[in-house]
Amino acid sequence: MRNFSSLIDGLVFMPARNGKIRLLADFFATTPDPDRGWALAALTESLVFHEAKPAAIRQLVATRVDPDLFALSYDYVGDLAETVALIWPERPERANSLPPSMTEVVETLRAAKRGQVMGLVEGWLDTLDSSGRFALLKLITGSLRVGVSARLAKTALAEWGKVDLGDLEECWHGLSPPYADLFAWLEGKSDRPAAGKGAGFRPLMLSHPLEEEDMAALDPAAYSVEWKWDGIRVQLAARGGERRIYSRTGDDVSGAFPDIADHMTFDAVLDGELLVARDEGQIAPFNDLQQRLNRKTVTAAMLKEFPAWVRLYDILFDGEEDLRGLPLTERRARLERWHDAVRPRRMDLSPLVPFEGWEALKGLREGSRENSIEGLMLKRKDSVYVAGRPKGPWFKWKRGALTLDTVLMYAQRGHGKRSSYYSDFTFGVWRGEELVPVGKAYFGFTDAELVELDRWVRNRTTRRYGPVREVEPGLVLEVAFDSVHPSNRHKSGLAMRFPRVHRIRWDKPAAEADRLETLQAMVVG
Amino acid sequence: MQGMPAQSPSRPPAERWMKVCPEGLYVEPGGFYVDPLRPVERAVVTHGHSDHARPGHAHVLATAGTLAIMRQRLGEGAGAATQTLDYGEAIRIGDVTVRLVPAGHVLGSAQVVLEHAGTRVVVSGDYKRRFDRTCAPFEPVPCDVFITEATFGLPVFRHPPDLGEIDKLLHSLSIFPERSHVVGAYALGKCQRVISLLRAAGYDRPIYLHGALEPICKLYEGFGVPLGELRPATVAAKEELKGALVLAPPGAVADRWARRLTDPVVAMASGWMRVRQRARQRGVELPLVISDHADWDELTQTLDEVAAPEVWVTHGREEALVHHATQRGIRARALAMVGFEEEEGA
Repeated sequence: MRNFSSLIDGLVFMPARNGKIRLLADFFATTPDPDRGWALAALTESLVFHEAKPAAIRQLVATRVDPDLFALSYDYVGDLAETVALIWPERPERANSLPPSMTEVVETLRAAKRGQVMGLVEGWLDTLDSSGRFALLKLITGSLRVGVSARLAKTALAEWGKVDLGDLEECWHGLSPPYADLFAWLEGKSDRPAAGKGAGFRPLMLSHPLEEEDMAALDPAAYSVEWKWDGIRVQLAARGGERRIYSRTGDDVSGAFPDIADHMTFDAVLDGELLVARDEGQIAPFNDLQQRLNRKTVTAAMLKEFPAWVRLYDILFDGEEDLRGLPLTERRARLERWHDAVRPRRMDLSPLVPFEGWEALKGLREGSRENSIEGLMLKRKDSVYVAGRPKGPWFKWKRGALTLDTVLMYAQRGHGKRSSYYSDFTFGVWRGEELVPVGKAYFGFTDAELVELDRWVRNRTTRRYGPVREVEPGLVLEVAFDSVHPSNRHKSGLAMRFPRVHRIRWDKPAAEADRLETLQAMVVG
Repeated sequence: MQGMPAQSPSRPPAERWMKVCPEGLYVEPGGFYVDPLRPVERAVVTHGHSDHARPGHAHVLATAGTLAIMRQRLGEGAGAATQTLDYGEAIRIGDVTVRLVPAGHVLGSAQVVLEHAGTRVVVSGDYKRRFDRTCAPFEPVPCDVFITEATFGLPVFRHPPDLGEIDKLLHSLSIFPERSHVVGAYALGKCQRVISLLRAAGYDRPIYLHGALEPICKLYEGFGVPLGELRPATVAAKEELKGALVLAPPGAVADRWARRLTDPVVAMASGWMRVRQRARQRGVELPLVISDHADWDELTQTLDEVAAPEVWVTHGREEALVHHATQRGIRARALAMVGFEEEEGA
C-alpha cells in the first residue's frame, strides 16, 4: 500500500494537471504488477466494494477511541476517512507486522464473505501508517476524490509508455484489472492488446475557431454547415449490449443520464450534443443543462424537470462497421438512414443549414441569437473522422460576444502559478446606488495586465475575507460573454455564459459602468 | 528529575498565588509575570517567539539563548534590564524559588519551575518531546500543578517521524528536479530545525534563505548549531534557484516574494499539515508534518511523567486535553488565555 498511499497523498495536494501526470507516471514506473494495475482500477473507478459503509467505519473506530475525543476530532477535521486515519491508535506491538500490499487488500476483499470485511479492515488499519489508513479507507468506501479522472490516468499511462492516447483508448475497453497486458505493451514487452469490442471511448474529432480573414481562402461549396449547439459534446457508445455516454474528454457520464442511456437499445457509436429539451426537441437554456452536470447520479425530480436530449451530428460505428474512414457526406447519409430505421427516443438530427456563400452565412450567424445556439459549425464535406484537432477540416464560428461595462468588486488569489496573484475577479453592475455582483472572470487579460490588476487590487483593498479581497468600486472591466440567463443562484438573478475580461477600462469612471437593467434586456428566451 | 517537595498540610492552593490577569500569568508572591502580554515591571520569559517574548518590560529574566533572540528581534525593547538564568540554576524572587528547565521547543526555550510555600508549579511554555539537535531536550519535572499548552491537543495530531517527512521532500526533489522547492518555515526554530534535519539526512548542497530567516540562523550558529552552507535567495539568483531548496517564512511562500522562483513546489513545515484539508486551503503542494510542539501522545505522556494532580491548560485545543486529564482523575481546567497566536508555522 505504501506506493499507493504516497501517490494518493501527492495527488490530493497537486493542483496542476501536468504535475498529476508526473506523479502518476512515477507511480506506474516504480510499482510492480499487479499492484499498479489494481491502483489503476481504483483510480478509474473500476473497483467497487460493497461492505464498507461509513456507518460501519464509525462503529469500528468507536471500539478503539473515546467517543468524546472522536467527536471533537471529527468536528475539527471534517472528513470521516481522514479523521479515522489520523486518530486510529497505533499499537507498538503491531509495528513490525508487514502492512498489506495493494493486491492483498483487493484480492482478500473480493474473496471476503459478508460480515468478514470490517474485521479485515481493522487488522489492516493496525499495520498501516496514517497515509496508508487514509488510502485504504478511501479505497474501500469507493471514492478517492483525488482530482484524477479516468481520462487523466490514461493520459499519464500514454505519456509514460510513449504511446498514442487514441491507441490506448481503442484497446482500453477490452482490458480488465489488473491490466497486465496493458502494462506489458506500455513497457515495450508486447504488442498492443486487441481493440475492445465493447462500448469503449473513441477519441473525438475537434474543430478550430474560424478567423474571419481565413474565410476568403475557403471554398463555400466544399463545406457543409450546421448550427453550433450550446450543450455539451457527447459520444454515445452502444456496443455488444453495453451502453456508455462519454464526455468530450472520455469520462463516462452514463450514470448521470439514464434518460438517454435507457434508450440506447441500438448497436452504434454516435457523436452529438447533449442538451435539455422539453416537449420533444424544445431546447432549454444552458443553465437548465447545468443542473444535470457534474453529478454521479440523478433524482427522479431532476429527470422530470430537466429532461436530457441528444442532437446527433455524426456516426462512427454502425454495428460492427467502422465508418470513420468515410467522408462526411457519406457518414451523414448513413446517419440519416440509421436514424430513420432506428428512431431512437429523445434524440434527433442536427439539421444542415443551407447557405449561399460566406456573406449570407455571416448574416445567419449574427441572427442566431436564440436559446441553445452558439454559432455555426463548418465541416469539409470530404473530411474523414480523425481523432484530435486537425487544422482545416472542421471550424467553429461562434457568434459575436455580448459586452458589458462592469465594476470590479472582489478579487481572489489564483491557483498554481497564479497563487501569488489576485487573478479571479468578481464584478458587478449598478442597481440604483448599489453594486450587485453579476459574474466572475479569471481570463481574458495578458500576464502584463495581470501584474497591473494585482497591484491595483492590493492598493485598493477595503476588506479581506481569507483569500478574497474586497476592493473600492473604482475599476471598470469591460466583460465579454456569450449569453445571459435567469438564475436563482445569483443575487442579481442573472448568470452569464463564458464571461471573460475583454478590456480593462483604466480610463472609465466606475459611475459610468452599466446598470442591471441593461444586462436584463440581454436575456434571451 | 527531582523528588516532590515536602507535603505541607497547610500550604495554600496554587490558584491563590498564581493568577490569570489581563497582563498574563501573574506570580503574586514573586511580583512577576510569566510571558506577559503587555509591558510589566518584572517578566520571566520562556522562549523567544513573539507571542511569548513581547517588548517593553522593565526587567526580564530568561536563558542566555532567549535573551540573545529577544535582543536581535526587539533591540532596545528586549527589556530595560535583563538577567540571564542558566538551565537548572535556582534563584529567589520575592517569596518564590525560580528555576528554568529545558522545554525542547526552540533554542533557549525553558519551562519555569516555581516553588512557593511547599507547592511546586511548572509553567511549560511551548514544548516538544522529540529529539532536536538545535536545542536542549525537554526535562519532565514532577510537580503539584502543571501548566501546559495544547496547540495540538486533539488525538488526530500525531507527528510522524521527522526524517520520514524530510524523505518526502527529498523524493519530491528527485521527481521535480527543475522546480525550486520552497519550504514555509517559521523563522525562529522551525527553519533551523528543518535545515539541521536535511543535513542529518545527508543533503549537503547549499540551502537558500529568505532574508527574514538569515539573522536567526546566524544566531543559532553562534550558539554552536552547525547549519552547513546557506545562501541568500535573492532575485539575482533566479537561475541558481531552479531545483534548489529554499526556506521562507510561511506568509511569503505564496505571495509576491515567491515570484522570483521558477514554478515552485510549495511545501510547509508545520504540525497543522497533518490535516489534509488545512494544507490544501493554504495552497500547499507538499505538506511536511514537522512541529516544534508536542503532539497528542507527547502531551498525554508528559502529563503522565510529571504526575501532577492538577493541570491547567493555557492555549490551544484545551477541551480534549481537559477531558482526557479528567478521565484520568486529574483536576484539569482551561485558563482560556488569549494572546497566544495559533501561528501557522507551529
